[in-house]
Amino acid sequence: MIKLRFKKEMQTPRGKELLDLDLSIPSGEFITVFGESGAGKTTFLRILAGLTQPQEGFIEVDGEIWFDSLNRINRPVQQRKIGVVFQENNLFPHMTVRENLEYSCGDKSALGTIDEWIIAMGLKGLESQKPDKISGGQKQRVALIRALIRQPKVLLLDEPLSDLDMHSRLNLQDEIIKVYQKTRTTTILVSHDLSEVFKLSKKVFVIDHGKITKSGSPQEVFVNNDVSGKFKFTGEIIEIHKDGVINILTLSIGNNVTKVAASDEEIAGLTIGSKVIIAAKAFNPLILSRL
Amino acid sequence: MHYDLQPLLLTFRLALVVTVILFALGLPIAYWIVFSRNRFKYIVETLVSMPLVLPPTVIGFYLLIAFSPKYFLGHFLGSLGVRVVFSFTGLVIGSVLFSLPFMVNPIKAGLQNFPLALIEESFCLGKSSWDTLRSVILPNIRPALLTGIVMAFAHTIGEFGVVLMIGGNIPKETRLASIAIYNEVEALNYDTAGLYALILVIISFCILLAFYYLNRKRLNIF
Repeated sequence: MIKLRFKKEMQTPRGKELLDLDLSIPSGEFITVFGESGAGKTTFLRILAGLTQPQEGFIEVDGEIWFDSLNRINRPVQQRKIGVVFQENNLFPHMTVRENLEYSCGDKSALGTIDEWIIAMGLKGLESQKPDKISGGQKQRVALIRALIRQPKVLLLDEPLSDLDMHSRLNLQDEIIKVYQKTRTTTILVSHDLSEVFKLSKKVFVIDHGKITKSGSPQEVFVNNDVSGKFKFTGEIIEIHKDGVINILTLSIGNNVTKVAASDEEIAGLTIGSKVIIAAKAFNPLILSRL
Repeated sequence: MHYDLQPLLLTFRLALVVTVILFALGLPIAYWIVFSRNRFKYIVETLVSMPLVLPPTVIGFYLLIAFSPKYFLGHFLGSLGVRVVFSFTGLVIGSVLFSLPFMVNPIKAGLQNFPLALIEESFCLGKSSWDTLRSVILPNIRPALLTGIVMAFAHTIGEFGVVLMIGGNIPKETRLASIAIYNEVEALNYDTAGLYALILVIISFCILLAFYYLNRKRLNIF
């Protein structure tokens, strides 16, 4: 179980704001922290990792106290046994893929698992390549193995997929699910991508202006309960076009682009880039053929 | 034409000893300046850079006074049988102080430009500051280290004021190439002075040429 509550003043584009969090995460859970840029998501991960110190608070992980401002306890980052994958891959540029993984291994038993991980993550043949010779998706795979190979107590994923193209992103989402099911490591994913939140986690915490405003399953948090659609998708608006009395929204849903009609009231406050959920009621689809 | 290779050999011996000492000293000083949160570190930074602006004779003068047997430090060392002024030891101490910024400043720049994210990543992987320095930082700032080594070595070869003040002009002991050139010109032996000068020019050119060539290749590695 991770128990944490802390306060930390943050510098944001809007000025100084207080990150004030109090939450518990059961061991072995996969949760996401969702919020806009500057909401405090990354600061939250940095505080948990020990890279940033809060003004006051308490952090306990599986019975070990990592931070306690009252008793002046602050366990150094090296002793927190965490695995972190950042948005910008931080592979060491002078080391090969294998050397990056070896550097992470604390003991010989971990060294013995490198080949197993390399094969499982589809990196066979790339072991002797330097990071600048492999693709963005492959780099993040290496970073993920590097974080997991030392069997961390908590895996922290700081928007690790946001720099990847859609294809790599979907593949890596599947890989993350696969390794989570294999290792059952307590995982905290920071994301501002709704589809990712829905796909990966059972529980989401929404941070806004430094506070948790909502928490629950992605369905409970993001889907308006009075809509009971047979089909629900999350998508991103890529175009808003006025056509007579109605508006045509072009949406990107997964790998597909679709158009839906919406009234002026429905699109109030929406702009290109807004994330929306579309639902259809009383809809009986026809399955035309198998792909 | 009379000439003696001793001043040249002494110059390169001094440059080598000074560069080794400066590397051992410069790396921890640069590391401390970059990563320490001590609010007085700017004083150390200023002291390290003083030789860049002071006339070499000023540093030489203070060293001469400090190590003079008339004063405490010189007297104390003298009682231990160590003579600093007008000795090779004095040359080494003066040169180390005078070339310190040429070693510290490039390494400092290399450390300042090194991405903090990679250091934090190494910490997250459970590695200590020492492991991170040895395995992550140093291999990636090799061009800065090489710059510090070459600059300290080349600058020591080119010293005159400090070494003349603290070392004097004792043949085989403190007469360096730069002092020998001055000596030969004073004695109107222009041929010998010209030979020493030409040898210094050629060697300095070769060192810098090799450095720029190697550094270009190194920078292409990543």
